[in-house]
Amino acid sequence: MIISSNILTILTFLPLVGAFFVLIVPGDDKVAINNIRRIAFITTILTFGFSLIMWSMFDATSAGFQFVVDYKWMGDVIGYRMGVDGISILFIVLTAFLMPLIILSAWGSVKHRVREYMVAFLILETLMIGVFSTLDLAMFYVFFEGGLIPMFLIIGVWGGKRRVQASYKFFFYTFVGSVLMLLAIMAMYWYAGTTDIRQLLKTDFPEEMQFWLWIAFFASFAVKLPMWPFHRWLPEAHVEAPTGGSVILAAVLLKMGGYGFLRFSLPMFPDASLYFTDFVFVLSVAAIIVTSLIALVQEDIKKLIAYSSVAHMGFVTIGIFSANIYGVQGAIFQMISHGIVSAALFLAVGVVYDRMHTRDISAYGGLVERMPRYAVVFMIFTMANVGLPGTSGFVGEFLILLGIFQINTWFAFAALSGVILSAAYALWLYRRIIFGALNKEALKSILDMDRREMAIMLPLIALTLLFGFYPAPILDATNASVVALVTQYQSTIGALPLDALAQ
Amino acid sequence: MIQAIVFFPLIGALIAGLFGSRIGHRASEYLTSGLLVAAALLSWVVFFQFGFGGDAAQPAQAATEGHGEASVFANVMKVELFRWIVVGELDLRWVLRVDTLTAIMLVVVTSVSSLVHIYSIGYMAQDPSRSRFFAYLSLFTFAMLMLVTADNFLQMFFGWEGVGLASYLLIGFWYKKPSANAAAMKAFIVNRVGDFGFALGIFAAFVVLGHLDFDSAFGAVDAAKETSIQFLWAEWDALTIITLLLFMGAMGKSAQFLLHTWLPDAMEGPTPVSALIHAATMVTAGVFMVARLSPMFEAAPVTMTVVLYVGAITAFFAATIGLVQNDIKRVIAYSTMSQLGYMFVALGASAYTAGIFHLFTHAFFKALLFLGAGAVIHAMHHEQDMRKMGGIAKTIPKTYWMMIIGTLALTGVGIPGTSFGFAGFFSKDSIIEAAYAVGGTNGQFAFWSLVVAALFTSFYSWRLIHLTFHGKPRASQETMSHAHEAPNVMMVPLYFLAVGAVLSGVAFYAVFFGDVNLIDQFFAGSVVVDHGIIEDAHYVPTWVKWSATIAMLLGFVIAWYMYIRRPDAPERLATQHAYLYRFLLNKWYFDELYDRIFVKPALWIGSRLWRDVDDRLIDQTIVEGLGNRVKDITARVVKLQSGFLYHYAFAMLIGIAALLTWAIAAGGVFG
Repeated sequence: MIISSNILTILTFLPLVGAFFVLIVPGDDKVAINNIRRIAFITTILTFGFSLIMWSMFDATSAGFQFVVDYKWMGDVIGYRMGVDGISILFIVLTAFLMPLIILSAWGSVKHRVREYMVAFLILETLMIGVFSTLDLAMFYVFFEGGLIPMFLIIGVWGGKRRVQASYKFFFYTFVGSVLMLLAIMAMYWYAGTTDIRQLLKTDFPEEMQFWLWIAFFASFAVKLPMWPFHRWLPEAHVEAPTGGSVILAAVLLKMGGYGFLRFSLPMFPDASLYFTDFVFVLSVAAIIVTSLIALVQEDIKKLIAYSSVAHMGFVTIGIFSANIYGVQGAIFQMISHGIVSAALFLAVGVVYDRMHTRDISAYGGLVERMPRYAVVFMIFTMANVGLPGTSGFVGEFLILLGIFQINTWFAFAALSGVILSAAYALWLYRRIIFGALNKEALKSILDMDRREMAIMLPLIALTLLFGFYPAPILDATNASVVALVTQYQSTIGALPLDALAQ
Repeated sequence: MIQAIVFFPLIGALIAGLFGSRIGHRASEYLTSGLLVAAALLSWVVFFQFGFGGDAAQPAQAATEGHGEASVFANVMKVELFRWIVVGELDLRWVLRVDTLTAIMLVVVTSVSSLVHIYSIGYMAQDPSRSRFFAYLSLFTFAMLMLVTADNFLQMFFGWEGVGLASYLLIGFWYKKPSANAAAMKAFIVNRVGDFGFALGIFAAFVVLGHLDFDSAFGAVDAAKETSIQFLWAEWDALTIITLLLFMGAMGKSAQFLLHTWLPDAMEGPTPVSALIHAATMVTAGVFMVARLSPMFEAAPVTMTVVLYVGAITAFFAATIGLVQNDIKRVIAYSTMSQLGYMFVALGASAYTAGIFHLFTHAFFKALLFLGAGAVIHAMHHEQDMRKMGGIAKTIPKTYWMMIIGTLALTGVGIPGTSFGFAGFFSKDSIIEAAYAVGGTNGQFAFWSLVVAALFTSFYSWRLIHLTFHGKPRASQETMSHAHEAPNVMMVPLYFLAVGAVLSGVAFYAVFFGDVNLIDQFFAGSVVVDHGIIEDAHYVPTWVKWSATIAMLLGFVIAWYMYIRRPDAPERLATQHAYLYRFLLNKWYFDELYDRIFVKPALWIGSRLWRDVDDRLIDQTIVEGLGNRVKDITARVVKLQSGFLYHYAFAMLIGIAALLTWAIAAGGVFG
């Protein structure tokens, strides 16, 4: 089939084509800018359409890679290899789903250098989809690190006042991590003689080597995700990034870390993963508790949400390294859900930021008076963030906690306490922004969300509730691959904790 | 039919909530109320079908065939909607389950809810966002119905948190009041502490029992006896730890001792909300949960003792605070807490049906009292302080008599040994007798706690009546001149509830706590019916049967003496025992205690972690320190300081490309 063998290529490079058209639109006047926006929007919508086609053609019963492309390229070593399985496919759909919303959100808020903004985002989309669809380790590295550059520019050019420091820090952190990963990739290549991920998955790395490889990959993924205490770049990057940047950062870029653990650390270095499991749990639990406590005392809306992201990612790492079906399914679900919910929260912050140009919580209060629609939207996502059953936020957390409870009740206990803290900081934020009397002069003429803003929010609301009540589309798509991954892992490390626990 | 009962309120909530401004307040009110009334009528049909319907003939047959005591068989209807979370061994679906226990709850929830809806049309008439209010009320009802029709732990948890959300929204309904916002948050967060235990209990149940749907889980209970599970630092008896954790959730939702602090504050919400959520329905969810899971609790004797003690302590503790409160709604709130304690004592005594019985009757008379109090507050221009009321019995006689009926029902007026008595008389006395029948230290403790609490209940209830209605008016001349009876739309619901407060005890005593075979038939296996305890409770000594009545009379006389005969007595007593008075008035200082050991430290640790660890240590010392070293080195080695970030970016890209090329070239050549 023409489509099935090329769909990943189309998906990956279609945004690049769009970027090219954006670049060649002549002029800088209003008409040209409108055309630029339209082209970007249509490109992302088309990409999303293709991602849905791919999902519909995806065979969820099979655990292997699908839509595989494998061409030789660059001297027999690095190949143009593409393919998706249950673990990666939904991240592509998520990315493609969010991009049109981001383009739409920039309609009102990005006024200067619109062309460059759109180009940066379209290139970023290509790189992000590339990360999730490539089956070549070297290409993975290029996509993975390449994404840094547009993101770096987005923060640096369209960001807030301290954008230069923020983007520098963002860069510094991720770069240090990635250098180590690059060394590990080279070592793997020298050992296995290929960068084909499918081959590498079958390769048995010696235990000693696994140890070092695991650490090197961990350095990169832990920064990306981010795990405590490698998270410090995130609050700053979020605070300074423009709305679209924050959305992509929280919704997709962070997930690359989690994806990396699932794709590489767990299946390729199982012995090392087992060795480091408790280490990861400790860091994750620390992330959940520490960053939730920190979120409790934040005065900046975006910073608060950024810290809460770190806490949510703590759940993801716990789920992944529980390495049972519940934990891993939960972790993937949590990543998708967090992609939707955090995107919505940052977009919601963008709505009031566009009006008031401040992120200080104390500058707001009583918005429900003037913005009832906004109050409802913000409430829904606050509740999803808190993990209320019936929202997508619940399903992931529940599965993860169910998974970790079977491994170690201490970690389950500690992680679950984050659920109390998250209610505290999220409701406290809501109360200070939305509730209360509307006393501040500046807010008295604030307008409620308009049609465009509602159009951005409605799909996000729909998915948050849909996946809360009916998570089957996600769980079904990931099931076969996760079962394969977990079984493979458990048999390699020679343990089946599920049975062990029943005694 | 069950779908209609559950989803009518949701439909109402969605329409009123999303289109309220378009269709207007009036339409929202009528629509939500109308749907609720329809749901209530259907619920009564379901109730009679399940409790007394054609199936009732079958257990009798079973008994004649010689099954005798084992004539427990399930009469359950299940409607599957669609699947929810299906992963690995876990198979959770959205299912509406109806059995007798559910049917009782359906009746309670929809009846009280529909009356509260109608009442609110009058009570909230002046509020500019009435549609929102009705949307929340209906949303709450939906969540509560999902809770009681749950067929698995997780759906119950969904309803559980859903009612928590609705409660949060309704307590904070008047969002301009900072105190209302604070109370709403407190309710949600304290409940989350309970839910923390609930969730752990669910996880443990899944590990031990292997299923999360009720029937399969209960089926695995027998095999799970004697097994143990590692939880935190120790090996525990599996069922004990599961039920203890689950019970923690019940304690939060039902405002039991230690997790009770949110309920009095929840009175910040509009009064109809207090009647519906914080008296009749949501707070009884904990009782419902324990009853629903009775096969598991029954297999965990240690937990049962804990339940008994928590209930007894709460009943006593809340009653002591109720003695001295001055806010009319807070008195009733503490009374609710205390009555919930009674219900838990019944559960702890294995007399589940007695607990459900009290839940059932309490819903009517406590909703009556709350709505009556709402009518009083309405009459007194939103004054809630009883010290500023008094002498309005003549001004609002209908409301007065409604409150009297509620009080008679709450204090349990009736003549032991006969079938004359108000609703509370039957259910409360059942519990007190069951507590006595437990025997031993535990039984004695529970019994005496409840008897003393009954005395206190009677005292504070009559104190409320005296302070509010009797004596000389203490309100301003102006308020008194405007004081008027509430409109019919508010009074009619009171009449309905009054009927329940009078009759629900005598009419249903037989099936809840009468003859054991009748109880078996009625409940048809939906809760555990322990014949032993019920029989024992029927044959307690006569003085035990009279104890509650005597306590009630004593409380009445003391209240009469202190507030009618010698109105100066309370003040004298308060000054004589200033410390005790202040201790009670300040609710045993729990709020202050929790603030000091939880809230303040959390904020302090949070800001220290942020400023000291995150900012100073990680960011400034380690990372920027490292960064500066790197910068120094690069500055010395190459002059890359062009000042533009782009240059770094492209330098990096080139670097990557170079490294990669080198790697592959080297690998290709040497590898």
